[in-house]
Amino acid sequence: MNTLAANSKETIESKGQKINEFSIHVATVNGSGSQSSNTVLMRSIFQMGIPVSGKNLFPSNIMGLPTWFTIRVNKNGYVARTEHVDILVAMNPQTAVEDVKSLPKGAVCISPVELNLDKVRQDVIHYLVPFSQLAVEATENIKLRKLLTNIIYVGVVAHILEIDQAEIDKAIAQQFEGKEKAITLNVNAAMQGRKWAQENIKKIDPFKVERLDKTKGKIIIDGNGAAALGCMFAGVSVVTWYPITPSSSLCEQLIDYLEQYRKDKKTEKATYAVVQAEDELAAVGMALGAGWAGARSMTSTSGPGISLMAEFAGFGYFTEIPTVIFDVQRVGPSTGLPTRTSQADLMATYLLSHGDTKHPVLLPGSVGECFDFALEAFNLAERLQQPVFVLTDLDLGMNNWMSDPFTYPTTPMDRGKVLSKEELEKLGGFSRYKDVDGDGIPYRTIPGTEHPKAAYFTRGSGHNEDALYSERSSDYVNLMDRLNKKTETARKIMPKPVIDKVSGAKVGIIAFGSSDFAVLESRDQLKDAKTPTSYLRLRSLPISQEIVDFVNSHDRVFVVEQNRDAQLQKLIIMDYPELAPKLVPVTHYTGMPIDAQFITDSILKKEQEKK
Amino acid sequence: MVTADTSPAAPAPKAPQTNKLGLTLADYKGSPSTLCDGCGHDAITSQLIKAFWELNVEPHQVAKLSGIGCSSKTPAYFLSRSHGFNSVHGRMPSVATGAYLANHKMIYVGVSGDGDTASIGLGQFCHMIRRNIPIVYVCEDNGVYGLTKGQFSATADQGSKLKDGTANHLNAIDLCGLAIELGCSFVGRSFAGDPKQLVALLKAAISHRGTAILDVISPCVTFNNHEGSSKSYKKVKETDTPLHELGYVPFYEQITVDYQEGEVRTVELHDGSHLQLKKLGQDYDPTDRNAAERAISQAHKEGHLLTGLLYINEESQNFGQVLDMVDTPLSRLKSDELRPPKAALDEIMAALM
Repeated sequence: MNTLAANSKETIESKGQKINEFSIHVATVNGSGSQSSNTVLMRSIFQMGIPVSGKNLFPSNIMGLPTWFTIRVNKNGYVARTEHVDILVAMNPQTAVEDVKSLPKGAVCISPVELNLDKVRQDVIHYLVPFSQLAVEATENIKLRKLLTNIIYVGVVAHILEIDQAEIDKAIAQQFEGKEKAITLNVNAAMQGRKWAQENIKKIDPFKVERLDKTKGKIIIDGNGAAALGCMFAGVSVVTWYPITPSSSLCEQLIDYLEQYRKDKKTEKATYAVVQAEDELAAVGMALGAGWAGARSMTSTSGPGISLMAEFAGFGYFTEIPTVIFDVQRVGPSTGLPTRTSQADLMATYLLSHGDTKHPVLLPGSVGECFDFALEAFNLAERLQQPVFVLTDLDLGMNNWMSDPFTYPTTPMDRGKVLSKEELEKLGGFSRYKDVDGDGIPYRTIPGTEHPKAAYFTRGSGHNEDALYSERSSDYVNLMDRLNKKTETARKIMPKPVIDKVSGAKVGIIAFGSSDFAVLESRDQLKDAKTPTSYLRLRSLPISQEIVDFVNSHDRVFVVEQNRDAQLQKLIIMDYPELAPKLVPVTHYTGMPIDAQFITDSILKKEQEKK
Repeated sequence: MVTADTSPAAPAPKAPQTNKLGLTLADYKGSPSTLCDGCGHDAITSQLIKAFWELNVEPHQVAKLSGIGCSSKTPAYFLSRSHGFNSVHGRMPSVATGAYLANHKMIYVGVSGDGDTASIGLGQFCHMIRRNIPIVYVCEDNGVYGLTKGQFSATADQGSKLKDGTANHLNAIDLCGLAIELGCSFVGRSFAGDPKQLVALLKAAISHRGTAILDVISPCVTFNNHEGSSKSYKKVKETDTPLHELGYVPFYEQITVDYQEGEVRTVELHDGSHLQLKKLGQDYDPTDRNAAERAISQAHKEGHLLTGLLYINEESQNFGQVLDMVDTPLSRLKSDELRPPKAALDEIMAALM
């Protein structure tokens, strides 16, 4: 008998079964190939119609350091990170003792028998599994044994939680699409784990899944993949990038999609160009060169790359060249925690570069918005004639999220104010930097336009309305004021905040980006704690006017964000100083995705202090 | 009172000469130069104007780009009917690369200086060459930073002196030697004081469909034209050692000048034009990469400045060919060519369910 019952049986039984509401924590060594097994586990639960989310907490390393994968199963659809662990799969000997110690009483621990974890804690339920022995039985190939151990634990977990074998098989088939040998090997190994568990484990824990219909018609995708799709359907044609975690997979997935969907049907030639640049300075320089020459261009990076792009970002703002820059945020400053999540580039991107510079920034709060805002970013960049930033983060970008399928764009591309040779002929020429329409946005021409009056000179030095070199104070002031007018135009046309105003609520919450998942859950917790809240989710910078009314209609407004310095709160005060007294920062900067309990506790504590 | 019939016939004003497009030389000019009188850069600008005019290039088909510095100001002084781009310091190659990807049908001229290229921009210079981006890249090389008042640049020769007598103790970066080492497909060196050689090299570079590096020694009359400087007019005139006499024959003309057997080499360029290299002294084969590297290093030892076409490789693939892009410039693709149909999104969504 390999199973050891915990002595906390009574507590569990009094609680009864816990169906479709628990979280699994899988501790492995990175580079051991556990990622695909964890995805199979997550997908199989998803396929049973149960809301689920997965998070990979990984080190900045290729092989040998600890990695944790968390799967949260929640019938109510809460998908934010939770601190609570119900089931631990402790596969990493280096961290096993620590991992078990951190479990709450009554949790489940599945571990290799030789780790003797039952000696560490007696108040958790241990299922000790002879993984090495099962792996030996699964294959003669020594190299494969380590990999198959991962899918064997999936089989064990599947038995314990009562996940349908058919769903495991289906998820394996999807994970290893087209690789028949791998599929067979994995299906058999998973079955082997399940069989062993059936024969040897006496289930005494309360956790199980039961089929629901809450994921029907939904997709699972990571934010980087969603953004990549948005870029492709936006018609991006020049993609220039430099590898950096956690942004690389955006361009890598985009390349795969482009290769499949953006080849000319007749000639098989590419309707796009992708360049892996020598650094981020070159990546953004290329993106601006392409935007200037009339292509839809983009680059994608993370914090350190943003720092390197600073000079060109100001250049693009001052010379009015469209391009799209993705920043998948990680923890800084410097190299910081390169595989952890953060929202601390908000100010850096909004104000990137020296001099008076301000950029439009899009703040997607879901994978759906990663897609929609990527599409919109290209329209805005060409409409406003300036670099547009899209700010996501590691949590949103690299983790898998459920979503409704994305919607195909119904509106035509907005290519902005571009003069054709016919229009030039009619107008008899043009002034590149003149505000003809009163919205701050001038007209431009694309190099190569066949007209003697099409040409103009782009320069980062002072220039007048005719794009001629000028150091005159009045020309400079005119230019800077017009650029500011453009910011005001952006304020009006960028995505508006999503507002949920609860009548009678005295407390408001403002948040953006991936904090949304935790805020939604926290609001329910707060409601239960008799603190109803209204919510404004900001979706772009510059900050829309709607925020003024929202703040004014509440006694206190908590600004929830994942950085130390309360950057959003500061930016709100910068534009609307009169709101300052009501804004209370709630900041989370551990590198882990923000969780609902943290927000709830912070707000309740501050509310208590008021009383 | 003067009547029409009695007045002497006024000589008809001589119509300015036009090229095959009906454009005058003036149509290829830009704003007046604001550089110092006698600056070598202005001489190079004149030859750029002449080269494009004589080659009958449509100005709207050209884009001119630069970085920061005295040399980088010059795109404003030629081809006013072409789009211009004065970018940030040392980063023009990346901008040119992006513009080229958006529209590979245009002719790109990049003007840079030795500070812009050999110091702050050395990385981008190298990677542009590595990708073989089609561009005529002119480095107006004077060995000093002019715009910041005369500090040494990385191409300053060892032992060369500033006006105040400060000597440069470091090795010079030879941009041509570096370019050849990096596999550049067209490498030439010239002198602002040799317009005949320079215009032939410029035309050949325009006919080339890859990165063409032209390192043009262009003395700085204000900060580096004194005794003790290795890049003064006087010194360069003394050390200039042309490898050959160059003759450019455009693709639409027959080669008419007859040379004796063995007296001349003819290189065919990408657009069908030819560059004739008439032997001066020793025979020099510009398609031999090793020989080019040896000749450059030998010249350094002997204190000569080798000028002419140092190296050419018309076989190499440029970046557009590597990327296998459609023939239509990406900037001109229509929405339906850029946005896949709804069926594509439906297919992708189904696979993610």
